[in-house]
Amino acid sequence: MISGDTATTEFPHRHLLGIEGLTPAEITFLLDRSETYVEQNRQTNKKKSVLSGRTVINLFFEASTRTRTSFELAGKRLGGDVINMSISGSSIKKGETLVDTAMTLNAMHPDVLVVRHADSGAVKLLSEKVNCAVINAGDGSHEHPTQALLDALTIRRRLGRLAGLQVAICGDILHSRVARSNIHLLTTMGARVRLIAPKTLIPYAAERLGVEVFHDMAEGLQDCDIVMMLRLQQERMKSNYFPSVREYFTYFGLDYEMLAHAKPDALIMHPGPMNRGVEIDSEVADDFYRSVIREQVEMGVAVRMAALEILAHNLEPLAETNL
Amino acid sequence: MAVKLDEPLGRVAYVNARILDPAEGWDGTGGVLTDGEKIAAAGPGLFDAGVPEGARVVDCEGACLAPGLVDIRAHLGEPGAEQKETLATAGRSATAGGVTTLLCLPDTEPCIDDMSVVEFVARRARMQGLTKVYPYGAVTKDLAGKEIAELKLLRDSGAVAFTDGSRSIADPLVLRQALGYAATFGLLICHQPEDPSLAGGGVMNLGENSTRLGLAGIPREAEIIIVERDIRLVEMTGGRLHFANVSTSESIEVIRRAKARGLAITCDTAPPYFALNEHAIGDYRTFAKLAPPLRDEDDRQAMVRAIADGVIDCIASDHTPQDEESKRLPFAQAASGGVGLETLLPITLELYHNGHLTLLRALDLVTRAPAALMGLEAGRLKPGGSADMVLFDPDRSWKVDADVLKSKSKNSPFDGRPVQGLVLRTVIDGRTVHTHGA
Repeated sequence: MISGDTATTEFPHRHLLGIEGLTPAEITFLLDRSETYVEQNRQTNKKKSVLSGRTVINLFFEASTRTRTSFELAGKRLGGDVINMSISGSSIKKGETLVDTAMTLNAMHPDVLVVRHADSGAVKLLSEKVNCAVINAGDGSHEHPTQALLDALTIRRRLGRLAGLQVAICGDILHSRVARSNIHLLTTMGARVRLIAPKTLIPYAAERLGVEVFHDMAEGLQDCDIVMMLRLQQERMKSNYFPSVREYFTYFGLDYEMLAHAKPDALIMHPGPMNRGVEIDSEVADDFYRSVIREQVEMGVAVRMAALEILAHNLEPLAETNL
Repeated sequence: MAVKLDEPLGRVAYVNARILDPAEGWDGTGGVLTDGEKIAAAGPGLFDAGVPEGARVVDCEGACLAPGLVDIRAHLGEPGAEQKETLATAGRSATAGGVTTLLCLPDTEPCIDDMSVVEFVARRARMQGLTKVYPYGAVTKDLAGKEIAELKLLRDSGAVAFTDGSRSIADPLVLRQALGYAATFGLLICHQPEDPSLAGGGVMNLGENSTRLGLAGIPREAEIIIVERDIRLVEMTGGRLHFANVSTSESIEVIRRAKARGLAITCDTAPPYFALNEHAIGDYRTFAKLAPPLRDEDDRQAMVRAIADGVIDCIASDHTPQDEESKRLPFAQAASGGVGLETLLPITLELYHNGHLTLLRALDLVTRAPAALMGLEAGRLKPGGSADMVLFDPDRSWKVDADVLKSKSKNSPFDGRPVQGLVLRTVIDGRTVHTHGA
């Protein structure tokens, strides 16, 4: 448990809306706190009480199973009361706006809102209208900070460091909030990041984010310690970004032949859910020694426990009678 | 302020003013004498020999007296979007901004593609007795970009010029026919250039910022390509085309070359494009979501230079009221546009205060030049003409505060900006319709 009654000086923020702007020390603090929960989650008794008396609402405006479940487990293992609210397309059409929803929930006095929304900036807008802490669980193509943290924790546990590593992020960078959060986190921590994709899937002026851009996958994978594949977000694609899945996989998919261009022991990552045979070959995805995809899922719960704990700690302390 | 149209006006002498009239090149101490709704005499040194007997005297105390502003592009909301703006609130906002004549866009509901709507808007606006409102007619029926509207019938019922508002005409054949048909009668087509397909689902300028914010970008080429295409069509048809809301440096260069070749091409821009850049969006500030989108700093500077060297013919407010429900949304869902009637003068005066233009030239861009472009008898202090004037202090500073704007909608991209140039009094047809502080 974090000591002291006041907001922690190691992470003096009310919300976790993105990685951009966080300092290396703040990121390290989050990762260190997450580390303590990895061991706890492997015990038979996983329950703690640091969120006892606290209410966490998972507010998902976009379908999600993995991230929502991960946050739900994280909240419950810390002893908080966790409510899931999935607001489907049809309820949005009833006319209640995001801000109305935020104010309605705010009146119920939650302590932490975990929010996912299909629009970039929507979670930030919501955070301005509520009194509680807000965690961004993914906003449009903008950020997904807990995903970048769990990726970093996975890498750090396997390779012992982030600084100096060469990381390739491959695939649909244009639509990816995971890519943006990872770019910010990895470059802030001193890793070198390469983006590999056809030109149509690389965002404008991506180099200015401090990365190198490659359009030839074999070339881009040279000397890489980490190969991070992204899901092809076909549901977000409104125009011809590439001609066919077959052509895409031939030139930008990850199979053993392509992987041979990276370092011999390079790790394989994927934020899930995977499209097997679209961006990643099944055999590679399931490689027992090199694929850390399931480990990423495990780290996700630990990272989200740390984020919930720190943000709840930064709120007003609970009154004695509530404890 | 209530306007009493039946109040006898008599003669009024506006004395002790700094008279500014870009049409005459006047900048000197003098005054204006009005008789009823008309200007009887005006000019520097007008009352040196004394004020005519029987005239009521208004002491201008050294402030600037100029022709009322002429704004060639404002969305007014009525009919169809009265929750955002009505002709009455637009009139109060315009007079507070010193605007005495404005052209309203046809993207109302129903849109102004029919004679009856032209007459409805013109009549409703006249009833307010405030700023004079002239409607644009639609270029295409329903603003759908498919079939040409009844341009000449609309013209004869009062439409000054033709545009599909902020919608660009995507089909080159439609624009070719519109330009050619309009040229038959000497009509002016105004076009806001943006290829809708290339703009895609974009919501801000394509650039490093759109990448960081994870927002779909509108490439500058969406504007440039249409400007280039349209110039070819003007050349082909012999039509007259005015580009509205030009926002990129390359568009300016293309227009500069077309003008040099003698083509009937003109253009304007709006204050946001020479006073702001895409950084105004900050962390998803929807008041800075405009159409076309705010561009980068190089483009902003190119706009300032193009205004100074005359490639840009005039400045329009591009007043676009959006209510809170339309703006308090995630950035991608929020409506585009900003209110601008009350900031047109002070933001234009920034070009004077920053040394890019003389005061007279800055005023020219919002008075004589737009009136001449649209063929309106306005924007000058001409004896016999309507007594439409603005009295202002070019140096008085104030801070834009969206909450106290007279417009029904408060979506100003300049909210919080310190500006210089305060409207003290606005006179339309000899009647004072706005007084600062009243």
